[in-house]
Amino acid sequence: MQIDLNGHTLTTGATTLKDLIEEQGFDPSSVATALEGTFVPRPMRAATPLTPGARVEVLSPMQGG
Amino acid sequence: MFYGIDIPSRLMLGTAGYPSPAILREAIAASGAGVITVSLRREGGEGAAFREILRASGCRILPNTAGCHTAREAVTTAQMAREVFGTSWIKLEVIGHADTLQPDPFALVEAARILCAEGFEVFPYATEDLIVGERLIEAGCRVLMPWGAPIGSGQGLRNIEGLRSMRAHFPDVPLVIDAGIGAPSQALQAMEMGFDAVLLNTAVAKALNPVAMAQAFGQAVAAGRIAHKAGLMPPRDMAAPSTPLFGLAELADAL
Repeated sequence: MQIDLNGHTLTTGATTLKDLIEEQGFDPSSVATALEGTFVPRPMRAATPLTPGARVEVLSPMQGG
Repeated sequence: MFYGIDIPSRLMLGTAGYPSPAILREAIAASGAGVITVSLRREGGEGAAFREILRASGCRILPNTAGCHTAREAVTTAQMAREVFGTSWIKLEVIGHADTLQPDPFALVEAARILCAEGFEVFPYATEDLIVGERLIEAGCRVLMPWGAPIGSGQGLRNIEGLRSMRAHFPDVPLVIDAGIGAPSQALQAMEMGFDAVLLNTAVAKALNPVAMAQAFGQAVAAGRIAHKAGLMPPRDMAAPSTPLFGLAELADAL
């Protein structure tokens, strides 16, 4: 199915947020996730299903002032 | 004390806009900063190197909600930051206008109320407005961060009398001057006035030599802190001789 990951359209075989993080090679413990603009805590990723067109944000530490 | 934590250095340093990761690392060390600020952005693959710099710095991490324009965005960003950085500290920025980067006080108070209720320890980026400060305290904030001047402007303390009033109005609340500082003398002035810390980024990151400037800011903040604790003399309208008049010789005064 097609989803939107960090603003880019992506075809994925993952059916949960947890699977998507692994499929895309992110370090699960150093990123934070949001689905449809709402925070999904790490322990909830496995129980969070993805549906076609889902908007996912995967954020990590960056420089900031 | 910031939420029960005593920071040896009263300089808080931003980590954005340095010429290279190596210079960032050296600048943090040279500044002696006790706290560094960071953000959350879309993972681009360079995260691991940056995380290593944060770890190696030994500094306390203060994540921000920079770029958020609504209370909802800021709350979500704070929730994500708490998970990634493992800290309840959050520098709460809710920007009211993209050009001025002035805080939106209404959304700021709203977001602060939600985050404090969720157990966050909120450092709100605000102005020197006393009523906004009171509302933030009512919302649960135990630190306030008035701006010196607009973010990145380097104008220093643009409303010195307003900031002085704020210091007097909140004698027991830790106050951090956040944003607008361009020169060590301005940071020193803020500390002399009794502010508890200074948070800055661009003045160091965009200096010709960021590492040396970081050191200069660290020393200025420390000097200002000592000066405040030492107690500044009150200014006078007229001159007063510092050398004693007693024992002055009577000498011929005509040439």
